[in-house]
Amino acid sequence: MRPAFRNDAYAKVSGKAKYTDDYSMPQMLHAAPLHAEMASARILDIDCTEALKLEGVKRIITARDIPGAIKFGQIIRDYPTLALDRICSTGDVLALVVADTREHALAALPRIQVKLEESPALYDPEIAMQPDAPLINPEHGTNICNYHCVRTGNLESGEQEADLVIEQSFSTSRVEHAYLEPECSLAHLRADGVMEVIGSMQHPFSTRRFVASTLGLQLKDVEVKTVPMGGGFGGKDDTAALVCARAALCAYLMKCPVKLTYSREMSMRESYKRHPYTMQYRMGLKKTGKISFVKVRMVADSGAYCSVTPWVTWRSTVQCCGCYEVPNVHCDVYGVYTNNVFTGAFRGFGSPQVNWAIEQLVEIAAEKLGMDELEFRRLNMVKQGSTTVTNQVLDTHIVSLKEVMDKVLQEIDYETKRSKCSFGDPNQDKWYGIGLAISYRGMSLGAEGTDFNSAIINVQPDGSVLIETGVHENGQGSESAMILIAAEELGLPLDRIRYRQPSTSNIPDGGTTVASRGTLLGGGATTNACKKLRGIISEVLMHVYGKAAERFIDAKILDASGELICSWEEAIRLCYNRQVYPYAFGVFQAPRVSWDEETGHGDAYFTWVYAAQAVELEVNPKTGTVKLLNLVAAHDVGKAINPQMVKGQFYGGMTMGAGYGLLEEVPLIDGNPIPTNYHQYRVYRATDLPEMTAIIVENPDPTSPSKAKGIGEPTLEITAPAIANAIYRATGQRYNHQPIKIRRAQQ
Amino acid sequence: MITVNNIKHQIPENKMELILSTWLREDLYLTGTKIGCGIGVCGSCTVLVDGEAKRSCKLKLKDVLGKQIITIEGISDPDGSLHPLQQAFIDAGAIQCGFCTPGMVLSALALLLKNHHPSRAEIREAIKGNICRCTGYQQIVDAVEAAAHIMYS
Repeated sequence: MRPAFRNDAYAKVSGKAKYTDDYSMPQMLHAAPLHAEMASARILDIDCTEALKLEGVKRIITARDIPGAIKFGQIIRDYPTLALDRICSTGDVLALVVADTREHALAALPRIQVKLEESPALYDPEIAMQPDAPLINPEHGTNICNYHCVRTGNLESGEQEADLVIEQSFSTSRVEHAYLEPECSLAHLRADGVMEVIGSMQHPFSTRRFVASTLGLQLKDVEVKTVPMGGGFGGKDDTAALVCARAALCAYLMKCPVKLTYSREMSMRESYKRHPYTMQYRMGLKKTGKISFVKVRMVADSGAYCSVTPWVTWRSTVQCCGCYEVPNVHCDVYGVYTNNVFTGAFRGFGSPQVNWAIEQLVEIAAEKLGMDELEFRRLNMVKQGSTTVTNQVLDTHIVSLKEVMDKVLQEIDYETKRSKCSFGDPNQDKWYGIGLAISYRGMSLGAEGTDFNSAIINVQPDGSVLIETGVHENGQGSESAMILIAAEELGLPLDRIRYRQPSTSNIPDGGTTVASRGTLLGGGATTNACKKLRGIISEVLMHVYGKAAERFIDAKILDASGELICSWEEAIRLCYNRQVYPYAFGVFQAPRVSWDEETGHGDAYFTWVYAAQAVELEVNPKTGTVKLLNLVAAHDVGKAINPQMVKGQFYGGMTMGAGYGLLEEVPLIDGNPIPTNYHQYRVYRATDLPEMTAIIVENPDPTSPSKAKGIGEPTLEITAPAIANAIYRATGQRYNHQPIKIRRAQQ
Repeated sequence: MITVNNIKHQIPENKMELILSTWLREDLYLTGTKIGCGIGVCGSCTVLVDGEAKRSCKLKLKDVLGKQIITIEGISDPDGSLHPLQQAFIDAGAIQCGFCTPGMVLSALALLLKNHHPSRAEIREAIKGNICRCTGYQQIVDAVEAAAHIMYS
């Protein structure tokens, strides 16, 4: 395997990489947020008199100081940058203290006197969605934030055809992203009137919109720049933009640089979590083993704000039956406002919940039918040319579901080991189990959003290359992937190419770096920009040499017969001499997708990826502890641009997915997260994990200019149900609620 | 007196209660020491104190008087060339977001100073105080294993 390539590795491993909190500026002030003490209340008064007397305190800013819009949001503008008159969540921020040091700002927080009038709060989405429930966001008119459905085939005929019907409910918990770097932003108003912002966020363009809206500025007057970010996993899409908007608000009002650094406690209190779901499935089965229908109702708790709940639940809707052919589908999905901490984007984005249910349900179904769970999957899984439950035909790419499943089964020796499972045998001291889960996943945003990205390639007179794209470096190595793609397309060594960290003022809005779309969309734009650039260079060489450039390799340019035309450097010199800029702007627009909200039909995603994972584990019947013994994953990535980094996504995703299955949850008291820091929110550590095996499957995707697809999210979305299936084979018990807490054997 | 990366610093009386990580970051501008939790459970602020991996967010300056502190900035050569362990992190693909990396490298270095040929289980034990949310640790273990081989064989 090629050694890993990362353009930022030296900076990060040497400690020189500067994350937001590592920056400071002359005359910089520090801000600190005051969070609400209750989840539902009217604000009667915020008295800052005493706090303002404290050492170093410069100003205390409330919603009344906001020059622009108080509320903003990516879909529904319901999130107050600072709460004005109502509190809907304990994550709401009532005031910002600005002081000369962070310590002074923090010290002033408890001295602000807040008078609240508590009002009844709604914590249960089922109650919140009742017609007579008080409205959490009155402007929305209902507590149902959004609704999606699928109506495919005919449910009644599906019921009639079924020889067996199973019903099962599943539920999942709120989960914390637990990115290692808490939110931070540093903003200052430049002399040219531009509000310049850096921050720990993964969507610079959304951050720019939040900042501009809060300050009442035009987009041209806000510039968001990229600095290294300490992990995001979807979690630095919304909250992080709010933190940036607050820092910018302070800087705007104070006319000097302001930094707002969150503590872990602030981050866990305020930041959105993964949506908890309740899912009621009813599945019809024929004696042949075919699924005749699925009826499902899902409710997702959006918390106090919309964030991206309509998009998260849309993915759950499209993928409501997992990777299986189902002729008759009746699916209802609701996102519901409550007074709980809000929920939003999190790696997986509505698929981990559905897969948790469906990958257990198919095994329950197979067992009821007296059928092998592998045979049941093979019979019902999508294949080349299959029609999905939303009436999309899978024929634009290789449908490799069987291939990835077979690779995992073979690697882990599933069928031999399956016979050794304990099923709660009372005569055994340790219970062994093996489990499998498979999935398909629509790539990128799909019909939930506009999906395009751009790249700029700017060749310098000495032949060195600057590239940038609208993709954000979240830590996954997107910049390195773009450099590798450009190096291959232009036939240049890696050290001739530099990725220029883009700013929102320099490259068009490329959307958010989520949805496993970075390599697919940004890589597509980079590939297309390189093609354009080759055309520009070829035209110059045609004028000079009368030969068309056909191949770019080893810093040389060859004609159709493989003869050398000239070196790369010579070609670039000729371009500049002839007053032609070797500069290209490339765009990749995702192929057309479609969606009908009435029927839930459409070509939801332009391409799909396929995944299989298997787990071996051991349960101690006395203590209920689970020891992971082995994790194996196979994912079709289209083309692995940077194989070591692809494997890093496998290992990291499986680890997060295993945590989802066995460990991670954010319980609330009165809407407020109980865990405040890593001592209460446990994530897996190095000693908790076995060695893992990553099997990269490559079926180059014709719809992707670079042939690559995404890998960030698929790696996480099936580890937990594979664990649940292994736990079943170890203990003989099904666990429908995530995370699994083993019921200990009766003494 | 506290020695940081071989440079001696006099500590005035009014700084004795200062948290070590704050002092390193804000007074010495050694921002490679990261703050992930502030309560000593995530390992991002790990530094070497007389060769032992310690969490600098849990130490005050008065706790480390007379000690030798090594931060991530102190293990590469003055010309910027990397320690073999740092290079191994790069080659193994052990770096993603990079926020845990300084602490992780220093915890691993503390292990290698004492145990020249650790097993993979011993490496996992040595870095269990350091949370990484990106990598699943496997390539970090690969990196430390490879570094031990390069440094001591």
